[in-house]
Amino acid sequence: MKSVIAENLVKTYRKGEVKALDGLSLDVEEGTVLGVLGPNGAGKTTTVRILATLLKPDSGHATVAGIDVIKHPDKVREQIGLSGQYAAVDETLTGWDNLVMFGRLYHLGRQSSIDRANELLERFDLTEAARRPIKTYSGGMRRRLDLAASLIVKPKILFLDEPTTGLDPRGRQDMWGVIQELVKGGVTLLLTTQYLEEADQLADEIAVIDRGTVIARGTSDSLKKQVGGERLEITVEPGDLDKVNEIVAKISGHATHVDLRTVSAPVLHGSKDLMVALRAMDEAKIHPLDIGLKRPSLDDVFLSLTGHVAEETVVEPIGKKKRGGKK
Amino acid sequence: MKNAIHDAMVITKRQLLQLARVPELLVFSTIQPVMFVLLFRFVFGGSIDSGQPGGYVQLLMPGIFVQTVAFTLASTAIGLAEDMKKGLIDRFRSLPISRGAVIIGRTFGDALLNILVLAVMALAGYAVGWRPTSGIVQTTLAFLFLFMFGYALSWIGILVGLSVKEARTVQSVGFLVTFPLTFLSNAFAPTTGMPRALQYFAEWNPVSTMVAACRQLFGLKNEFGATANSWPSQHPLETSLLYMVILMAIFIPLSIRKYKNYSN
Repeated sequence: MKSVIAENLVKTYRKGEVKALDGLSLDVEEGTVLGVLGPNGAGKTTTVRILATLLKPDSGHATVAGIDVIKHPDKVREQIGLSGQYAAVDETLTGWDNLVMFGRLYHLGRQSSIDRANELLERFDLTEAARRPIKTYSGGMRRRLDLAASLIVKPKILFLDEPTTGLDPRGRQDMWGVIQELVKGGVTLLLTTQYLEEADQLADEIAVIDRGTVIARGTSDSLKKQVGGERLEITVEPGDLDKVNEIVAKISGHATHVDLRTVSAPVLHGSKDLMVALRAMDEAKIHPLDIGLKRPSLDDVFLSLTGHVAEETVVEPIGKKKRGGKK
Repeated sequence: MKNAIHDAMVITKRQLLQLARVPELLVFSTIQPVMFVLLFRFVFGGSIDSGQPGGYVQLLMPGIFVQTVAFTLASTAIGLAEDMKKGLIDRFRSLPISRGAVIIGRTFGDALLNILVLAVMALAGYAVGWRPTSGIVQTTLAFLFLFMFGYALSWIGILVGLSVKEARTVQSVGFLVTFPLTFLSNAFAPTTGMPRALQYFAEWNPVSTMVAACRQLFGLKNEFGATANSWPSQHPLETSLLYMVILMAIFIPLSIRKYKNYSN
């Protein structure tokens, strides 16, 4: 069964001047994770806002848990949790204050709200910070509290809008751990991200979006196959360039890319190919200045899917400012 | 309906909690009016011949009270605009709560804050010699008037906040609206010195009718405002009540509708 279905969503801002969504369609199978991958301005947040009933599309149709988001937004709200760029918490209040308040707004009783708040603070490792105002929290703690606030009534369907944007690597790792735990619990998750690695780590399926429409869709492996997976990259003295180019071409079997002193090409077997290359260069008595495997980035995905790099077309809905941490 | 009230109360409680966590908020809301009290009482007050027993401060304090509650318009708008900008309103809107609760709760919260602010201002007035002479009932009634006026303006603030969305712009807009309204009035000086046209504006100005009403309820003679012999300056209590009813009748439905349509 599909928990989330979006069909042909169109949304324009500024009286049609800016097209945020241009016939976007996607769906999420119950109990799975869909990663919506795209650059800033591709329409990720607009999609989430429509599915979470915060925004009405100009046209198109969407259901969440089988309920029409336009006709019955109130019923949808009972089924979902939302966390991310937009859905925030009150920074002047403490973490505990916030969770209890949201519990009350979900119509839990006073004691149940308190119990649930304590339980969530414990689970997200925030017990020590519980009585401090949110504005003293680190980026990672803030996101965890934000996520906790969306889990108060154990929603079956969860929307996470760029859950790790702006976090340091450590904070990102922590957040991934937290999300993976959630997914194990059987929640249906739609998450948006700018990072291929993140979609790779967390999502069963990935939808790549660009300029308000889905341009590719599939598992992480199938997308990588399309992109060419990892790339072998070797930097050498200019004199050795031709010889190295030959070695790399043989291992890769694809066209190589030569740039000043660096040769690169897609490889299928990662570290095994890296060793083969090292051995071949050792035999040829070539000393690499640098050698490594490069994982495909969002830019690589975009380059191979669209022929252009991931542009940041800044579509900023008036008065709905993006919060900090975006780069 | 029961849920709507419950939800609104949770939002109201949030604002009181904010005050408990950041008590400086109360200082910010009172420091400006307190400065005005000192400025007019001690700097200008000496040269104003009020003709009132008890001196200029008796006329001044009702003006300060009204100016203080008039600022609710801006503070409600700023608070709401900040919540929208930070994404808190979106979070609330993603919850299964009744639609009007968020803004109704905010107006309640700002009203409760006004009680505190008025209490602080009354103490400040007392400290510089303000003494109402009308007895407890009338004095309480005056504060009830002030409270109601603040509440009515709060609803204009909701509409402004929802429309402007940017806290800094709201601040300027709030200033642009409240500044002329409070100064083109009888709050600080008699309207007699104004050009005729301005005088009529000043006397129909709800701030003036409120000030005149409060002066009356605090036991003063109302000669400070009734110069153009206009109907509002003759009947300040009735006019003020009428203004409040009209403001609420217009702005409560408008604001709620605006909030509900916010998703478009």
